[in-house]
Amino acid sequence: MLSKDIRKHFPILDQEINGHPLVYLDSAATSQKPRQVIEAINDYYAYDNANVHRGVHTLGNRATDHYEGAREKVRKFINAKSTQEVIFTRGTTTALNMVAQSYGRANVEEGDEIVITHMEHHSNIIPWQQLAKEKGAVLKYVILEEDGTLSLDKVREAVTDRTKIVSIMYVSNVLGTMNPIKEITEIAHAHGAVMVVDGAQAAPHLKLDVQSLNCDFLAFSGHKMCGPTGIGVLYGKKELLNEMEPVEFGGEMIDFVGLYESTWKELPWKFEGGTPIIAGAIGLGAAIDFLEEIGLDQIEKHEHELAGYAMEKMSSMDGLTIYGPRDPDKRAGIVTFNLDNVHPHDLATVLDMNGIAVRAGHHCAQPLMKWLECSATARASFYVYNTEEDVDRLVEGLQIAKEYFQ
Amino acid sequence: MPTNKLDQLYRSVIMDHYKNPRNKGVLEENNITIDMNNPTCGDVIHLTLNVEDGIVQDAKFEGEGCSISMASASMMTQMIKNKDIDTAVKYAHVFSDIMLGKEIDESIDLGDLEALSGVAKFPARIKCATLAWKAMEKGLGSETEQ
Repeated sequence: MLSKDIRKHFPILDQEINGHPLVYLDSAATSQKPRQVIEAINDYYAYDNANVHRGVHTLGNRATDHYEGAREKVRKFINAKSTQEVIFTRGTTTALNMVAQSYGRANVEEGDEIVITHMEHHSNIIPWQQLAKEKGAVLKYVILEEDGTLSLDKVREAVTDRTKIVSIMYVSNVLGTMNPIKEITEIAHAHGAVMVVDGAQAAPHLKLDVQSLNCDFLAFSGHKMCGPTGIGVLYGKKELLNEMEPVEFGGEMIDFVGLYESTWKELPWKFEGGTPIIAGAIGLGAAIDFLEEIGLDQIEKHEHELAGYAMEKMSSMDGLTIYGPRDPDKRAGIVTFNLDNVHPHDLATVLDMNGIAVRAGHHCAQPLMKWLECSATARASFYVYNTEEDVDRLVEGLQIAKEYFQ
Repeated sequence: MPTNKLDQLYRSVIMDHYKNPRNKGVLEENNITIDMNNPTCGDVIHLTLNVEDGIVQDAKFEGEGCSISMASASMMTQMIKNKDIDTAVKYAHVFSDIMLGKEIDESIDLGDLEALSGVAKFPARIKCATLAWKAMEKGLGSETEQ
């Protein structure tokens, strides 16, 4: 377990909700922000604010240095070969849409296949649905195993020589399942398909290494990893990005502009039309510093331990169903569950009245809910600032809800 | 009003409607069918109405959702049965006002509905309560347009 001192870095945690100390168990929706991230954004606006990449003046240079410095931090964080492979976006959704609209439109033809899975978040379903409809391509789903994991054999069955894109989440935002991305990438590549990884739930929790994974694209969001909202990253292999057309056109992304023709800047800027998300990128850089000071290995270990502790405590409760893999080592710090005879919304309200924040609903994964045969679930997700006491408070809250609705 | 905030939301009348929903099911003879969902939370309602001579002769609902949404649907069907369309739609507006915490004309007999007034204090749950009423209003609205 990580030291409880980490909590001191998060000013928001020091408050009472409905008369109880806050227990925040909704980090998979968005994480809380440490003081150093809030201050980095504040300092940028207070001392260095200017537009980037056009500065003859000192502030412009400072802003550019901070912005591009954040890109280098992201490069190191995911072990990309070059900062040219790191594109700042608004978040995971935007990044996945960029791949679908740029790479997808140029490379997917009628009758081609796009392979995803039943556990995907809507942001990794709908861009492909739209692309498949537009191109007359086939959208294929890999079905899940009983325990909510993916079997490589089923992936092998789904991916064929007609497959152009395989797009799969690294960590499930509902089941907590950690998928074997490296092995799936090998399968995709053996058939000449590109591998897209939705890393939204992976980047906050485990060490990412795009060279080791050998994936072609990776998307993730800043706000789930202690950074601000409105910033995310699209990683892409340079040779692929070089061939791709920009999705947005305008300022910042151009080289020469004529009356009827224009040319684009080199990577990564050709994909960053308009004034970029400067403060967001700086905040993300500060978040990466924070996470690396703790150590991603330590964070992953902490979450496994907390999820294990939560599952152990919760399993002993009558009428409580936990979804996803039983083995804590196969899952990240996400525990999704239902309590018999208590709808998750009602459960979430009772917990909120006891100061405990959980998510209730379909978690932007309606096809997965269908697979689980439930319309909604409750979800507790853990991060660096959560403790065993938080889990104990959750279990107490569940007991209160159970008695209340009896 | 109960003093415990949770009890203000989950009044016994609501729990009764949740556990013993009135008018649950699908009307075999219906001329209005409405499906509505709450995309943010996954609640769904399937409402069937039989409207003749401008009167809601019968109403039944099926759905999935929390206690608030299902109890509200149960109460809604109870309220609108044997009422004319204008009255039923007016109830939908009154209900919306209750959710907004507005003062309600005292001459209106709210019956069990009064119990849902506590929902106004739980902003995140208002959408749960209004789903069935929006479905009803939509269904009857299409009727008045014809």
